[in-house]
Amino acid sequence: MNDLTQAMYAATRLIFSADALLVSIIALSLKVSFTAVLTAAIIGFPTGAFLAITRFPGRQMLIALLNALMGLPPVVVGLLIYLLLSRAGPLGEFGLLFTPTAMVIAQAVLITPIIAALSRQVIEDAWREYEEQLRSLGAGTLAAARTLLWDTRFALITVVLAGFGRAAAEVGAVMIVGGNIDGVTRVMTTAIALETSKGDLPLALGLGMVLVAIIIGVNLLAHGVKLTAQRFHG
Amino acid sequence: MMFKNICLALILCVGTVALAQEKFITVASTTSTEQSGLFKHLLPVFEKKSGIQVRVVALGTGQALDMARRGDADVVFVHDKEAEEKFLADGFGVRRFEVMYNDFILVGPKSDTAKIAGGKDILAAFRKIAEAKAPFTSRGDKSGTHAAEMRLWKVAGIDPQTGKGTWYRETGSGMGPTLNTASAMNAYAFTDRGTWLAFKNRGDLSIVTEGDQRLFNQYGVMLVNPAKHSHVKKEMGQAFVDWVTSAEGQKIIAAYKINGDPLFFPNAR
Repeated sequence: MNDLTQAMYAATRLIFSADALLVSIIALSLKVSFTAVLTAAIIGFPTGAFLAITRFPGRQMLIALLNALMGLPPVVVGLLIYLLLSRAGPLGEFGLLFTPTAMVIAQAVLITPIIAALSRQVIEDAWREYEEQLRSLGAGTLAAARTLLWDTRFALITVVLAGFGRAAAEVGAVMIVGGNIDGVTRVMTTAIALETSKGDLPLALGLGMVLVAIIIGVNLLAHGVKLTAQRFHG
Repeated sequence: MMFKNICLALILCVGTVALAQEKFITVASTTSTEQSGLFKHLLPVFEKKSGIQVRVVALGTGQALDMARRGDADVVFVHDKEAEEKFLADGFGVRRFEVMYNDFILVGPKSDTAKIAGGKDILAAFRKIAEAKAPFTSRGDKSGTHAAEMRLWKVAGIDPQTGKGTWYRETGSGMGPTLNTASAMNAYAFTDRGTWLAFKNRGDLSIVTEGDQRLFNQYGVMLVNPAKHSHVKKEMGQAFVDWVTSAEGQKIIAAYKINGDPLFFPNAR
């Protein structure tokens, strides 16, 4: 058997055995990434809408910077959060290092710029189309932002999925701030890295296939929700 | 303080991933103890007995000691006596206990381009590799194994840095990834026996040098000094240190085997 068929075999076996350990790792991966996406959306959407609608000096600069932050290297973010949360760091007293919370923070920092930058583009396009109309209705910035966020909601689902994909696939940052502790902070990506280290490449690739399957599943679900909602709301 | 409060509020608001408040200690250890499977064999016994969960962060020895210096671990369990003694001398450890040993080995490809297989003398083997300019992958990550390798090059009178970019390759990563690289390049590599026995992607590699006294690999365990970091869980941390060096802990370490081969030999005094 070559490596690829072995990996397929490992993946199939993993999925069908519903191994308790694997299930807990998957559950933690999803929990951490969903929480991170939620956090990022809460911060990113208003930021994106604000940048799309308001005009102020330095705005273009800020947009360029935000776009650049989409390419934040995970390892750098991981290190930064590590130093902040370390006992010797400014937030050390909370004892958050090597907890899932630390992983949520790292992922949220990574994907907030993605959600903010992409939603800024989406909302700005809509703003261009509806600005006159909204202004004639006497909508202030806040009301306009709210209306546009609602009107572009289907496009924003895709934005959220982009953020989720980045969060769930990321390994560099969660490895550093989570520590890959068995049963506490081990997620899919760090488990894959660990099995690769142990030289068990088929098992590592098998876990990778499971991860990809989960991400596809989440995307299909989101797409289904989107289609259904579109049918009802037009 | 304001900044901290805001941060805390944010963390709480946003929905902290619930963490059961259990009794636990954080142990900074090395990839060799984690990846060889020793901890999976050893820790459940301690956890069941003491009710203390042991959270292991596996890094290279240099990194593990550094993490403990920052106060991010309660106990260190590593294998670089020189670095451990420096850590103690700097006041970061309370007392160092020897726990167990195993040995380092040199692995290489079947083709054995440097013609060293069979010999016991590790210095001679290193000299032959340098002479033949045979590909050699090194950790290059300040781990315990890397430190031991560097000491041996020095005693052998060779500066491997001169071979950098040609035959001497620093992967800058853990033992496993370094062995993966060696296996793919058919290169020689210096490894601890535990990781090697548990390693699966061997390809054409096998042991070429073993049994030299210089290849002795001692593991030590220390409680991080609560005088330096007041939040160190000293009772629970010390309970773990006491247990791994106790007759029971030592017996369990000795019982860990892969295919009948023991990986670590207890030697606590």
